[in-house]
Amino acid sequence: MSLLEIVIFLPILAALAIWLGLPARATSVTVALINLLIVGWVALGFDAGRLGAGEYAHVSSRVVLENPAIAFAVGIDGMSLILALLTTLVTFAAVWQIFAEKDAVFHIASLLISAGALGAFLSTDLFFIYGFHELALIPTFLMIALHGHGDREARRAVAWKITVYLGLASLVLLAGLAALVLNLSEGPVLTFDLTALAHKSASLPAATQEWIFFTLLLGFGALVSLFPFHSWAAPAYATAPTSVAMLHAGVLKKFGLYGLLRIAMPLLPLGAQAPWIQHALLLMLLGNILVMGLVTIHQSRLDDMLANSSVMHMGYIFLGIAAGNELALKGAVVLMFAHGISIALSFALCGRMRNQLGTLEFDKLGGLATHAPMLAVVFAFAAFASIGLPGLANFAGEVMVFAGTFDTKLWSPERLNALQWTTILALWGVVMSAVYMLRAYRKLFFGTAASGLYMKDPSAGQRVPLVLLAAVLLIVGCCPSTLIDLMKTAWTTAKVAGL
Amino acid sequence: MSVFSIEVLLALLGLVIIAAAAFLPQVSDRVLAWTGIAGCGGALLLLTVASKALPAFVAPFYSLDSLALFYKGFALVITALVLWLVTESEKTLGGYSLDGRFGELIGLPLIVCTGMMWMASAKDLVTVFVTLELVTVSFYVLVAYTRKSALSLEAGVKYLILGAAATGVLIYGSAWVYGATGSLTFEGIAAAVKNPAVDKSVLLFGSVFLLAGVGFKVAAAPFHMWVPDVYQGASTPVTTFLSVGSKASGFIVLTRVIDALLADGSRVAGEVTGMLLISAAITILLGSLPAIFQTSVKRLLAYSSISHAGFLLLALASGAPVRLDLSSGGIVAFYLATYLPMTVLAFFVLCVARRHGIGDSLDEIKGLGRRSPLLAFLLTIAMASLAGLPLTAGFLGKMLVFIAAVDHGYWGVIGCAVVGAAAGFYYYFKVILAIYTNEGSAEEPLRLSIASQAIATSLAIVIVFLGIYPRPLQMALVSSTGAHVNAQK
Repeated sequence: MSLLEIVIFLPILAALAIWLGLPARATSVTVALINLLIVGWVALGFDAGRLGAGEYAHVSSRVVLENPAIAFAVGIDGMSLILALLTTLVTFAAVWQIFAEKDAVFHIASLLISAGALGAFLSTDLFFIYGFHELALIPTFLMIALHGHGDREARRAVAWKITVYLGLASLVLLAGLAALVLNLSEGPVLTFDLTALAHKSASLPAATQEWIFFTLLLGFGALVSLFPFHSWAAPAYATAPTSVAMLHAGVLKKFGLYGLLRIAMPLLPLGAQAPWIQHALLLMLLGNILVMGLVTIHQSRLDDMLANSSVMHMGYIFLGIAAGNELALKGAVVLMFAHGISIALSFALCGRMRNQLGTLEFDKLGGLATHAPMLAVVFAFAAFASIGLPGLANFAGEVMVFAGTFDTKLWSPERLNALQWTTILALWGVVMSAVYMLRAYRKLFFGTAASGLYMKDPSAGQRVPLVLLAAVLLIVGCCPSTLIDLMKTAWTTAKVAGL
Repeated sequence: MSVFSIEVLLALLGLVIIAAAAFLPQVSDRVLAWTGIAGCGGALLLLTVASKALPAFVAPFYSLDSLALFYKGFALVITALVLWLVTESEKTLGGYSLDGRFGELIGLPLIVCTGMMWMASAKDLVTVFVTLELVTVSFYVLVAYTRKSALSLEAGVKYLILGAAATGVLIYGSAWVYGATGSLTFEGIAAAVKNPAVDKSVLLFGSVFLLAGVGFKVAAAPFHMWVPDVYQGASTPVTTFLSVGSKASGFIVLTRVIDALLADGSRVAGEVTGMLLISAAITILLGSLPAIFQTSVKRLLAYSSISHAGFLLLALASGAPVRLDLSSGGIVAFYLATYLPMTVLAFFVLCVARRHGIGDSLDEIKGLGRRSPLLAFLLTIAMASLAGLPLTAGFLGKMLVFIAAVDHGYWGVIGCAVVGAAAGFYYYFKVILAIYTNEGSAEEPLRLSIASQAIATSLAIVIVFLGIYPRPLQMALVSSTGAHVNAQK
């Protein structure tokens, strides 16, 4: 049994054990910590230079079906390692911050979401990549419907919206993946193996590549709340229980981006480069950044604001994908990691506030810094990271993405093309982030509360997840090479394919 | 001992049980039911060891390819499970009969099983008719069995009248096909469809009726109207049997008929495929869209069963996919094998709930999650699998169907299938959501015997196991349908 298989199945077994009666909190925190340590250990021993194009470390494969050829195959490269790190970090924080009096089901759901995300990131077989992601979606739906915030009817409506939306997106995605398998399988046997599918990708006609890529872009895109398929996301995060919001917004949503980077772009290089797809993607991501930026500014509650900002920030990652060169793509991955950590931290804080204050409306709150200075500091980390302040992780990713779009191969100084114009417009999004984040910060932590609402700092134990996430933001922000060096070869497949 | 004699013995066992229920009051129904289950288990064992050689007198009308063997095993498994559901519904059923006994409900399924096993071996339309009637007539009795319930009587009448009409249509179609091809055997029909001397319009006319007759049995639209009322009215074990057993036996016949009509070089291939595709598309839509609005879980499962029939039709219409080892018949068998555990599990939960006075409406099953965490968890797995979520058996069946359809480029029908599957997410999740909703429900826990817990849990394990590791099932089917495909070529 390989290490990666253990990482995937440990949370599932733990969830089962909790269901059968093991103490919920102790079990889930222990397992999350073990997973974090295993992935950390794998990362320490990971030598990006030794991996060739399209190769994975810690590989193991078990055949489950001969034709179509499906194997439970796992493997890790720089990108999946970074996402696995993100998953284990956020899982640890998410299960730790669940209050002691909460039901065991909160732990079970968190562990299952975590297992699904890990399975999706670590599998190298399309069937299991897709399957594990779906596994993670079920507890998300159920937790929103059953234990979400707000009154019963409202959260039901939100849960249905996300179920139907993501269900449809998954089906579109499935159609695209099926087309991929049917078109790229060599010989008489259909295969779901990523490496095997890559052999034939160069010879696929451009027109076929384009429509499959576009299908995948819609499917994966809707899972990441790509504009205009984003309307499920904000209400879902605002309604979801804190741990679920942390895990979905922080980790699971990255699956769509991961899918584009891991599956769609390397296997369909011509599709990714087609001008009409490029332009469509640029338009959609501008929708994410500018439209959702304005929407975010107009929110009057912290949870709504964070949820919408999370949709907005996806635009920058899509921008990296649209640029498609090594720098921008690496930047996109760093940004995925950074956004995951910062939004998880934000939702953890938001959950504490909701719990202690009972309301999250900016107009009612104020002066929280007086009684909760520590909370104010940690919130500052999350808010500044989200804006993209230098020294915090998001900055590194955003700069790489922006710089990548001005790569000399992509433009000539005489004439800006669509990509550069998009970047210029997208930069205004940073201003919008600053507007809403700083305004929220000022309203929440300074001034005086309308009705004398105040809250205390978290106890020493409850500070652990918050400090952990804030520290990660700072470390990666100050030396982003810790992440970037892991990806030395992650892009060779994409580059070979002409990106 | 030949396989053929197993079926004879099974029918005898059925008769003995019915007689025992009538004349031996000291033998309880529970004992009879477990005798029946043991009989099915023994038959399954015999099926694997019995000699595959056939006595000369049955050879002309009885084939024993491995697809037939697969469906025979399938019939035995579902019959045993239905008898188990009968024991689970003991209290409920006893209340509906005059003397508190329900021996016929134990004996008749064995006779139905005989019919289904024989049908799997049918080589010609006459055998199909005889065995189909053996199954259907037994079902007339089974559906109306709980005769104190008005719903059950209504279901019985509906099933009787529509079923009889369908039988007439089937016979009528067979006669026309015979008139066109001069043959009642599938081999003869397969040879005749290539023959330019055969009158194509007559053959088509017959085929339409033939397909309509079988389409009724498998609940294919537009012959699906009876399904919701009959499923709702019949007692839950019988509904399960209808939903899995009757459907499977319809599909084995349909597989044989379609294989014959779509044989290589067939002159009616285009029309038959077209009919199947249209029927598949409307079956999926008319199954899954009304399911959204159901408030009774049993009716919801009835519509879901229609929708699943649509997916199976789509698989049949796709013929032998270009790059799968499985023929269309193999995909259908695979799909049905995955459909069995999830459907039985879902109906089992309804049986247990019924025993505790919980009806089958979505409102009444609320709080199940607290009253029996195990049942709620098992039902969740069953529903996830019915919805076709990955890593459950249901996904693989749907995936194979989609691959086969995409390989042939049936985009319109695929579109309908996507809509149907998306609607499935909604209505299956509605059930999951209901069982985990806790408000205003009784607290009394549901009691389950250890044996029931074990059987139900193993069904759930089968669902997940097949969803993650389908290789054993595929191996069994490839070896069986491989021979089947080669025989055709």
